[in-house]
Amino acid sequence: MAVVGVTLDAAVRLSLGALELDISLGVGDGEVVALLGPNGAGKTTLLRALAGLVPIETGHVRLDGEVLEDTTTGRYVPPEKRSIGFVFQDYLLFPHLNVLENVAFGLRSRGSARAEAERAALRWLARVELAERARSKPSELSGGERQRVALARALAADPRVLLLDEPLSALDATTRASVRRDLKSHLSSFRGVRLMVTHDPLEAAILADRLVVMENGKHVQTGTPVEVTERPRSRYVADLVGVNLLRGEADHGSVRTPDGMTVAAAGAVSGEVFAVIHPRAVSLYRSRPDGSPRNTWRGRANGVELYGDRARVRIEGRVPIIAEVTPAALADLKLGEGAEVWLSFKATDVGVYPA
Amino acid sequence: MRRERAPLWIAVLATIGAAFFILPLVGLVVRTPWGDALGSLTSPDTLNALKLSLIASLSSTAVALVLGVPLAWVYARVEFPGRAVLRALTTLPMVLPPVVGGIALLLAFGRRGLLGSLLDSAFGITLPFTSAGVVFAETFVAMPFLVLTVEAGLRSMDRRYEDAARTLGAHRWTVFTRVTLPMIGPSLAAGAVLCWARALGEFGATITFAGNFPGVTQTMPLAVYLLLETNPEGSFILSVILLLVSLVVLVGLRRRWLWSV
Amino acid sequence: MKRLALAVLFLAACGTTSSAGASSPTALSGTVDVFAAASLTDSFKALGAAFQRQHAGVAVQFNFAGTPTLVTQIEQGAKADVFASADMTNMEKLKGEGFTSGSPQVFAHNALEIVVAPGNPNGITSLADLAKPGVIYISEAPTVPAGKYSLQALAKAGVQVTPRSLETDVKSVISKIELGEADAGIVYATDVKAAGSKVQGVPIPDRYNVVATYPLVEVRGAANPNAAMAFIAYALSPAGQSTLASFGFQGA
Repeated sequence: MAVVGVTLDAAVRLSLGALELDISLGVGDGEVVALLGPNGAGKTTLLRALAGLVPIETGHVRLDGEVLEDTTTGRYVPPEKRSIGFVFQDYLLFPHLNVLENVAFGLRSRGSARAEAERAALRWLARVELAERARSKPSELSGGERQRVALARALAADPRVLLLDEPLSALDATTRASVRRDLKSHLSSFRGVRLMVTHDPLEAAILADRLVVMENGKHVQTGTPVEVTERPRSRYVADLVGVNLLRGEADHGSVRTPDGMTVAAAGAVSGEVFAVIHPRAVSLYRSRPDGSPRNTWRGRANGVELYGDRARVRIEGRVPIIAEVTPAALADLKLGEGAEVWLSFKATDVGVYPA
Repeated sequence: MRRERAPLWIAVLATIGAAFFILPLVGLVVRTPWGDALGSLTSPDTLNALKLSLIASLSSTAVALVLGVPLAWVYARVEFPGRAVLRALTTLPMVLPPVVGGIALLLAFGRRGLLGSLLDSAFGITLPFTSAGVVFAETFVAMPFLVLTVEAGLRSMDRRYEDAARTLGAHRWTVFTRVTLPMIGPSLAAGAVLCWARALGEFGATITFAGNFPGVTQTMPLAVYLLLETNPEGSFILSVILLLVSLVVLVGLRRRWLWSV
Repeated sequence: MKRLALAVLFLAACGTTSSAGASSPTALSGTVDVFAAASLTDSFKALGAAFQRQHAGVAVQFNFAGTPTLVTQIEQGAKADVFASADMTNMEKLKGEGFTSGSPQVFAHNALEIVVAPGNPNGITSLADLAKPGVIYISEAPTVPAGKYSLQALAKAGVQVTPRSLETDVKSVISKIELGEADAGIVYATDVKAAGSKVQGVPIPDRYNVVATYPLVEVRGAANPNAAMAFIAYALSPAGQSTLASFGFQGA
């Protein structure tokens, strides 16, 4: 797939264990791209392939026009020459070196003298506000501090690309929020290609300009965080975002699913479509409701989850639907596991878009 | 760390195990005529044997490090056909009776040996009956200990640290010296200590390959063996000296390296 | 002369057989542990086989090693019935310490011989040649009887030579000559004979030679004193003596 003004352009096909990776990716000048997907989707493997740590079977990696790897010509630039900074999921700070030495590692490896490298490293540590911990060992730092050191270490080597593998997933919820803020500011000040991997849509939405969704090694969807969350194209994203997603054949106002069920959807003209219904739009009744909503059917309550001041009820019926109501409403309905219930949502509440 | 109390049967077996080791050593210390110890210690033969033992065992360990670490690296990191067989062969000296090892060395490096005859005719170098021959024999029997230990360390190390180093721009040699070696430090040290200890105590291969002559090839174990026949008390003293030297090194390295393997 | 000797041997053998018959084979059973010097290996194995043929029911078990090693083992309590030494000194030592039973008896003599590789590539013809430059001469350790005698022989001949190695027994010296690691050594005549075509012997003139005296004795506290005494008697008998002679020993 071609993206205008591409600085990183890669097509990667490889097999690693049970994973078959086959994806093309472009990261443009000035954008932060997040790879989103479930475990085992191949996100980390793709990152490692871009860094040259995993061999590609077919494909290429080009950075600013320079070919880093191309299986048709046999060209392969080893990782140490690629100028690609990598922040690993568990940071991988060298345990036998102190923080300053870790951050200075990249510069020293490229030939800088020790004193000079450590001076530069100290400046980077100051930027991540850890200068006073320069002589500590990684084991003495907290998770959030280690993440910042890992970032400083990657940036200090002055890379042209910054790859981040789940940069916040190892942190607890409270640390995560503040580290995320810092990360966003560091990312925006980095002049180069920025590609990160995450399984947290909130993280993706806050940090990235564009999302690429991957599943089973393949590309599923790409777009801005808003586009992806409002128009999911896979069950995975739908579940992540928390909406109902159907796929079927549109036919003048209705969508027919592969099982043969029909859902009334305004605007569903023709062709293969996705239909999304927000759980908020689904109402629940003890008996068949009257009224205009076209999508009304009976089902069985099959699982209730409380999320603070909301309750999500899963209804098995014509199509499995998740409805969101208040706990008070739930109590009024006297819904138990397996209880019969009617649901209803308007055709105009069904978002339809081409598959 | 919570203090754990051993179940009775474990305590009993462990005590028997410990006694098995300690009693012979206690016997040695008790029966040694400490009065004559100083005289024995300063006799030229003893000093020669001790000096030779220390120099040869340290040299063997150095050779084992230079040759063994790359070998361990190949075993741990490189896949090639016949690797398992090669590894088994290079571990063989651990199970071979040392004298058999000595004979094998003669057949390879002796005056009429496969390589030895070449060395002799081309360079006039012979190894038997020389101190270099002692180092050869000790390296042969002791190096496998180092290779096995270092290989285990390399295998258990998280290789992603090496990946991290590479992404930071380190070439493979830099990765090896600044990341891999320091991270396997405990294994490296443990392997070196095991190797040194084995080399220090080596007897059969040494006497078969290098021979026995005071000052040249007579190491402490050989001196002890010969002294046993004429002057047993003298041999006790030498044995205890050997014991003490080994103990000092093992205890000295204990905290820093061995227990963190 | 030979026929007279044979006749004497024959009569003696009859005598021995009848006396053996008198002491009833049923008295001998079990095993007899014989600790013998390394230089007696092949000859004693043959002696033991013949002895077993004569006394079915007795098994002879051997422990061959350098004489000083055997002495240490016996001092430390190793189980032995018979001790055969390669010199009188070690035997006297053991006797002085009270480990023997009865008087040691000399059963053989052994002269020294220079041993070299087949074909004598270094042209060794005398003890003096051992000191030739380029000749690698090895010896047994001085604590081993053969080593001690070697030093005495060299001293008698006025030859100064430093061995390159002091081996623990004669067998090791022979092995290294066979393997070509060393050029020459001094061992017993019996050892040269035992190594057959793998080595060559160079005789040492009588005036320089040191003849080893081999005594054997019953060990005090022997588990099988009857068999021990029978074995000793066998070694001293004409049959035993002729076996020993066939291996290159000189008589008792």
